[in-house]
Amino acid sequence: MSEYIIKNGHVFDATQGIKGDKKDICVKDGKIVDKVGSSAKVIDAKDKTVMAGALEVHAHVAGPKVNAGRWYRPEDKHFDSHKKPGITRIEGGKSIPTVFKTGYEYARLGFTFAMEAAMPPLYARHVHEEIHDTPIIDEAALPVFGNNWFVMEYIKNNEIENTAAYIAWILRQTKGYGIKCVNPGGTEAWAWGLNCLTIHDQVPYFEITPAEIITGLIKANEYLGLPHSFHIHQNDLGNPGNYKTTIDSLKLAEGIKATNNFGREQVMHSTHLQFHAYKGTNWGDFESGAKEVMDYVNKQKNLTIDTGNVTLDETTTMTADGPFEHHLHGLNHLKWFNVDVELETAAGIVPFIYDPNNAVFASQWAVGLEIALYAKDPMRCFITTDHPNAGPFTRYPRVYSWLMSKKVRDERLNTFKKADKVIAATNLANIDREITLYELSQMTRAGPAKCLGLSKDYGGLKPGMNADIAIYNINPDKFPSSGAEIEKAFANVAYLFKDGKICVEGGKVVDMGKKNTFWVDAKVPENKQVMHDIREKFLRYYSVNEANYPVPESYAPHQHIISVDATTKA
Amino acid sequence: MNTVTLTVKKQPELYLECENANPDAFAGKKAADIAKLGAYQGKEISTLGDFFTITGEAGATAADTKIIVNGDCTKMKYLGAKMTAGEMIVNSACDMYTGSWMKGGKLTVNGDVHSFCGLAMAGGEFTINGNAGNYLGAAYRGDWRGMSGGVLRVKGNAGSDVASFMIGGTLIVEGDVDIHLGTHMEGGTIILKGNANRRVGGQLVKGEIYVFGKINVMMPGYKPVGEKEMEVDGTKAMFTDFIGDLGERHPKRKGEVVWGHIYMKN
Ligand SMILES: [Zn+2]
Repeated sequence: MSEYIIKNGHVFDATQGIKGDKKDICVKDGKIVDKVGSSAKVIDAKDKTVMAGALEVHAHVAGPKVNAGRWYRPEDKHFDSHKKPGITRIEGGKSIPTVFKTGYEYARLGFTFAMEAAMPPLYARHVHEEIHDTPIIDEAALPVFGNNWFVMEYIKNNEIENTAAYIAWILRQTKGYGIKCVNPGGTEAWAWGLNCLTIHDQVPYFEITPAEIITGLIKANEYLGLPHSFHIHQNDLGNPGNYKTTIDSLKLAEGIKATNNFGREQVMHSTHLQFHAYKGTNWGDFESGAKEVMDYVNKQKNLTIDTGNVTLDETTTMTADGPFEHHLHGLNHLKWFNVDVELETAAGIVPFIYDPNNAVFASQWAVGLEIALYAKDPMRCFITTDHPNAGPFTRYPRVYSWLMSKKVRDERLNTFKKADKVIAATNLANIDREITLYELSQMTRAGPAKCLGLSKDYGGLKPGMNADIAIYNINPDKFPSSGAEIEKAFANVAYLFKDGKICVEGGKVVDMGKKNTFWVDAKVPENKQVMHDIREKFLRYYSVNEANYPVPESYAPHQHIISVDATTKA
Repeated sequence: MNTVTLTVKKQPELYLECENANPDAFAGKKAADIAKLGAYQGKEISTLGDFFTITGEAGATAADTKIIVNGDCTKMKYLGAKMTAGEMIVNSACDMYTGSWMKGGKLTVNGDVHSFCGLAMAGGEFTINGNAGNYLGAAYRGDWRGMSGGVLRVKGNAGSDVASFMIGGTLIVEGDVDIHLGTHMEGGTIILKGNANRRVGGQLVKGEIYVFGKINVMMPGYKPVGEKEMEVDGTKAMFTDFIGDLGERHPKRKGEVVWGHIYMKN
């Protein structure tokens, strides 16, 4: 494999504490190394910014609900479907891009890893088919457990060992990466026409509360010692006054310590916090609760969060939070898609237009930015748009411009039609902080890598780590001042190295790289009870055979398996 | 106003997507630059110059630009699509999406057009001196935003699903239409001079449909509520007013129940 030396770039790397110093980065055999031979190809990064490849912690980019979104919204790709010159295929879709466009666009933005945030176990094959077809970037997927019948039954009886054994079985069957939990108990309650809007609402029939589900899943996660922590989309998403429920559920992590061999410190990752940080009692007296929520997160070291920034676009919402999508459809009257996944979960989809002229949407925009700007530790706060829920991930450059320049975000804030109302309902106008390039490297590289348990290979430029490198046309000494310039610089990398290969050059995809699918193989003590329960559920309830359930090897031909061993726990 | 003339010199093997054949894309350009504008043939990227001989020069703005298209355009899609100003005359039949998402200016087709023309049109004048296909002035597939403004006139007949999801503007068909006229209509005016096959005004919530001819089978939910003398598109006549069984109490309309109307000429 070729050797490279990236010369004269301004390097930002939180794993080594490098804050823009000029440093040469050497690449050999897909890894970052101390030095290379004299024949190494020289990449001139003078006046450019060099960072590790970015990692996406939470996006909906592969699987049945993404694909349902694609087919029920042909209008989403009508204006955004083009073939660019070169080796790339046709790139279609704006808020729900095709798998090809997804891979190309992440690479052009400087990303080398993305986490599919919600995999319904029953449809894991579809998730892996799409992951396999997504070029360049490495990916993994989180199966959803928050409304799973097995999980609710075991946790109700306080059987953490059985919960863990079942989770380990699912991870192996689905080639899954960790534990995702969406509206714990609420999605199942919705099958009875109900919901769980606080963490103490009872789930009908199962007689369990969201609080018990959350605590049980955190314990099972640490029992197994998984690379990533319990990953939650909390109850009561998107409703005024929900910040209390959010803090209540964050508090459930108090006193629990991370147990793993991956350097992960958090036991709970709370996703798209923007949607969960609202005060007030209705949309009329709505106020930002970002400060209250972030004050708690800042002092609680065993938590990580991501933002879920609203980008003010027409987009497509999709979530396993079935009742929420039904509620959303009631608000905007646009077409609604809904599906129940037997025994496991559900999903809903509704198109959504975050109209900047609407005070509520503009306020949501402000809340998302506040979350990031209130974060004291950028290693625990990551930037997302909960793609495509708050906006498409392709808008990251614009989100960065709002976070990195007070001038740019104030221009946006002050030109809202209902600016007075938005300024009164939020704190954004009073925040002066500008995220630095170093902090950005923490929020998009080192932080997410550590949170996902991938910090050995990802998120930094230390010798020995993967040669995943993004080089931007940004001179930190002359940081662009206009929003358009900042956006342009982040939208198309000068170079993207993936595993030591140049995949993007001058914003153009030149190589499809070698993508890997990550999953976690958790070994647990033999558990006859759980295996018996699984067999019984398949015989009695599932509409598929147990033998047809697992994702075959051929669905993930480039798999990278992370093994954990919990057999000594018994 | 400057005039640019496009003459077809080569037929595309598949279909040519002429998204850049409109006054907005031409504005400020000379013939040589217009020839370089992109046009897709399937996934193949080509230019307008590959298929058209281009003469003349555009005005500084779209409003100062007139485009005349000559030759056989039956395989050309998106002519005049998204135009906001200026004028365009196509002396041929043309393919799908002609005049779609048009916002302003004047577009005339001297021939038939295929389906999906005038789709989601928001403004301007679009005249078809021939017949139109299905989904004229409708919403794009999957979309809920149909024609919202402007005047779209067809001198001949039109197909099925004309003006579905219409929310504004005026659409006139001087000949006949097939089934599903004005489905999901929430505003605007449809004037049908000829006959309709069946299923006129399904899910019609707001807006008016005037029918001069006959509707083969009236939807069962409709009932006559009175007669009115009106002048419609220059013709004064007595019309019977029908409302459907679908009224909507829309939260945005403060509890008011709104009905759509079908006016049948007596
Ligand atoms: Zn999500």
